[in-house]
Amino acid sequence: MKLRYLLPLVIFVVMAGFLWKGLSLDPSSVPSPLVGKPAPQFELSQLHQAEQMVSRDSNLGKVWLLNVWASWCVSCRQEHPLFMQLSRMGEVPIYGLNYKDEREDAVKWLQDFGNPYTISAHDYKGRVGVDYGVYGVPETYVIDKQGVIRHKHTGPVSAQALRETILPLVRELKKG
Amino acid sequence: MKNILLLALLCLSLPLSYQVQAKEAEYTTGAPEIHGRVMGVSEELRCLVCQGQSLGDSNSEFAVDMRAQIQEMMEGGMSDRQVIDFMVERYGDYVRYRPPFNATTMLLWFGPFILLGVGVAVLYTNVLRRRKQIDETPLTEEQHHRAAELLKEGSGEDKA
Amino acid sequence: MIPEIGQFALIIALCLAIVQGIFPILGAQLNIRPWMAMARPVAQGQFIFIAISFACLVYSFVTDDYSVLYAASHSNSLLPIQYKVAGVWGGHEGSLLLWAMMLGLWTFLVSIFSKNLPDEMVARVLGVLGLIAVGFLLFLLLTSNPFERLLPAAPDGRDLNPLLQDFGLIIHPPMLYMGYVGFSVAFAFAIAALMGGRLDAAWARWSRPWTIIAWSFLAGGIGLGSWWAYYELGWGGWWFWDPVENASLMPWLVGTALIHSLAVTEKRGGFKRWTVLLAIIAFSLSLLGTFLVRSGVITSVHAFATDPERGTFILAFLVIVVVSSLLLFAWRAPKIEQGGKFEPVSKETMLLVNNVIITVIAAAVLLGTIYPIIIETLASLGLIEATNKVSVGAPYFNAIFVPLLVPLVFLVGIGPLARWKKADMPDMLRQLRWAFIASAIVAVVVPFLMGGWQWMAALGMVMAMWIVTTAIYSIRVRFRSTNAELPWGHRLNAIPRSFYGMHLAHIGVAICIVGGTLVSNYMSDKDVRMDIGDTVEVGGYTFRFDGVIEIKGPNYIANQGMIQVLQDGHEVMSLKPEKRVYTVQTMPMTEAAIDTGVWRDLYVSLGEPVSGGAWSVRVYHKPFVSWLWAGVILMVLGGVTAMTDKRYRVMARKEKKAKAEAEASNIATSKIATEKA
Repeated sequence: MKLRYLLPLVIFVVMAGFLWKGLSLDPSSVPSPLVGKPAPQFELSQLHQAEQMVSRDSNLGKVWLLNVWASWCVSCRQEHPLFMQLSRMGEVPIYGLNYKDEREDAVKWLQDFGNPYTISAHDYKGRVGVDYGVYGVPETYVIDKQGVIRHKHTGPVSAQALRETILPLVRELKKG
Repeated sequence: MKNILLLALLCLSLPLSYQVQAKEAEYTTGAPEIHGRVMGVSEELRCLVCQGQSLGDSNSEFAVDMRAQIQEMMEGGMSDRQVIDFMVERYGDYVRYRPPFNATTMLLWFGPFILLGVGVAVLYTNVLRRRKQIDETPLTEEQHHRAAELLKEGSGEDKA
Repeated sequence: MIPEIGQFALIIALCLAIVQGIFPILGAQLNIRPWMAMARPVAQGQFIFIAISFACLVYSFVTDDYSVLYAASHSNSLLPIQYKVAGVWGGHEGSLLLWAMMLGLWTFLVSIFSKNLPDEMVARVLGVLGLIAVGFLLFLLLTSNPFERLLPAAPDGRDLNPLLQDFGLIIHPPMLYMGYVGFSVAFAFAIAALMGGRLDAAWARWSRPWTIIAWSFLAGGIGLGSWWAYYELGWGGWWFWDPVENASLMPWLVGTALIHSLAVTEKRGGFKRWTVLLAIIAFSLSLLGTFLVRSGVITSVHAFATDPERGTFILAFLVIVVVSSLLLFAWRAPKIEQGGKFEPVSKETMLLVNNVIITVIAAAVLLGTIYPIIIETLASLGLIEATNKVSVGAPYFNAIFVPLLVPLVFLVGIGPLARWKKADMPDMLRQLRWAFIASAIVAVVVPFLMGGWQWMAALGMVMAMWIVTTAIYSIRVRFRSTNAELPWGHRLNAIPRSFYGMHLAHIGVAICIVGGTLVSNYMSDKDVRMDIGDTVEVGGYTFRFDGVIEIKGPNYIANQGMIQVLQDGHEVMSLKPEKRVYTVQTMPMTEAAIDTGVWRDLYVSLGEPVSGGAWSVRVYHKPFVSWLWAGVILMVLGGVTAMTDKRYRVMARKEKKAKAEAEASNIATSKIATEKA
């Protein structure tokens, strides 16, 4: 008889538990449905050599990073030094997806701040970005030898994320 | 046809008046039928860079770009359903304001109606049980009198 | 100096609140009269000090004191004076101080209008209110101090968010908070009743007016918020099922159930446990709303600056309040006596079904609002895939709300006619057959008049018409039962105000349904690119774009569009939508131009400039949208009317009696005097 009067309390405690856990989550983050799926096909002109094309398939057989960037993107400058360092290490090739940018602006930006990218693809209209589920730059994808997306990092890559998540994953994928 | 005539007339009348060439304004997103559909679908999709606005409501660059792309897709023949599926494929269920209907959202969709059923059932068992439990003794003659007096008193006061 | 006084006043208020929270309750429990007697003066003192504190904050804003961090973040010397005052509650810390002040105000009012309550009840009610105040004051002083100094002082403030520089900010938060906080009184009454073990019809009669006013304020506050969003946000939406909106809707819904439940407890002594539980739930939802809005667990345009530390505090407070009250409930409720019995078909049962439906709606809104959090939490624990993250938006809420509304509206019609204890359903339905027919006719005719058949429009019209026709019928029946020998006016007066209030509020709901249904189904809009001289036709009106001029406001510059509106060839009005850029916070803001009418609103907003001097413009024709606000006004009027029912005006009656006695003795003495003379 007395137990059913505790029901409201039980329901509340369960809800409070979820809310408490929710405090440590970010409600605006968008998990990518593409992780674990083949990276979408694309064929775009290269940033530096407009007549040459670059496509997803040209990278089959190797593990690579796809970094979405733009000259108008302020947070991209935050992560840029890390990518410069990474490219010097030579552990994994970094390909750039220059997103909704004017070619001249993008080229100049790389001149000013350095170019860590093996090749940058020029996605002027941003349609390839949409195919990859890009909604805000910068974003970085880890793609394996079979062309499957294994990880997506939204926002500027931090040293910690690189050290704890991205590089270990890259190393593991290279072994397989 | 009417527009062309109007335009021609206005062109002819230009030297004689200061009136500017006016025309029926064009939709920002294509032909009328497409426009309606674009806005309709945009209202069902979340603007991912905004704080809780739909693609239809927002004027952010992202939203404007997306609406343009949706317009292109529809002009290319995609149906509303296909456009939404396209977006969900790339951005996940999160981009739709209508939660999907799958194992994880069963509780969400059925919950309220189950709760309604339970509530009504509990209510009825309670009411029926109450009927048996409560034993109401009718008022005695004296109590009846007293009640009538009180009522008269009360209504008398109200009139005053 | 003044900010320090403000902060000090808060500390004193906290001390008083602690005393207010502890001693009277213990006094009531242990029957220590002096401790119980403390309640009123201490409560009143607490309010005075919070008011002083609030005044100090207003002073800082009005005198441009940018050594106060909060003022520097939310104000500016160029800000017009009314927004300097309203800006006090434009941010988290200040709005929380407003919350605390509202709580103090309600406490103060309870301390005054409670002369006819037994001392232990007053002590407990004020005690509970004191404990709640302790929570809020601690929250303010520990995590959200509005008087924090900024040294060295800023040369000028960062300005109030342009979206908030509007009339809506002046009225919406205060009214909303009066409602939100007002449910604390019903809560306090419920807790006091559980503590004292006394839960009867008298308790219900004391609680009811307080609950009705809080409900009315909250209804008004929600309506104002909706209206504000409508004209301010630039695209004419009026309800988005946004988490913050839901946070205010949930306590209001439960409050509605509570009012109806209290009616039964007051008149028949029934539903006592359920009523008490509802009172606890209503206020808990108020607190939950505060949590959702200020903690960062949800994304919303309305959310305050978020901070997980603050979120943790509010959650802890919420848990303490709710767990202790639900434990008290679980312990005491079984001991509460059951009320009278009633048949499965009776007024009581209908009110119970009403309660069940409303509670389910509120639960659905809650479920939908926190479901994304639930999914994300489960995902972060590894129990499900992270990609299951969902958005729960308008499509979900509308899909649940509308089907549940239908049976509820049906009950609104027959409920008032039903008898207590045992109702005769077939007879009621027979009496209402004309209401059925009228509703059906309207449901079929109106959609076609509006422009075409829409199922939802027909449904909305049938529901609204049903409410109105049954209300008229019910009033007629009641009128007929009054003494036919009296004149009209007296007969109308003999019907209690709570009866009128009920029907007024119900009709308000009907008007809202008409407005919401018709505007949603028959609104037309066009998003067009307009060169100078271009026209666009919407809703039977022609809109001509005559270009854009630049104007200057007190703290902004704007591009003002000149839109000429024509009907049947002649000009009927001009609309001037603006695109403002504020001096300080340079974000562009749209001010829509609206022509409000009884039957429709015309709504124009400027988009962006496009090549060649043209602009993108959005033009809307919104039929019946003002009926939404009219409906809410009627609901508020209904609540106020019901509350002024003479049943609740015990003071008035006592005064009247005293006056009558005094007059009688005057006449007697003067008679004696004249006789003597």
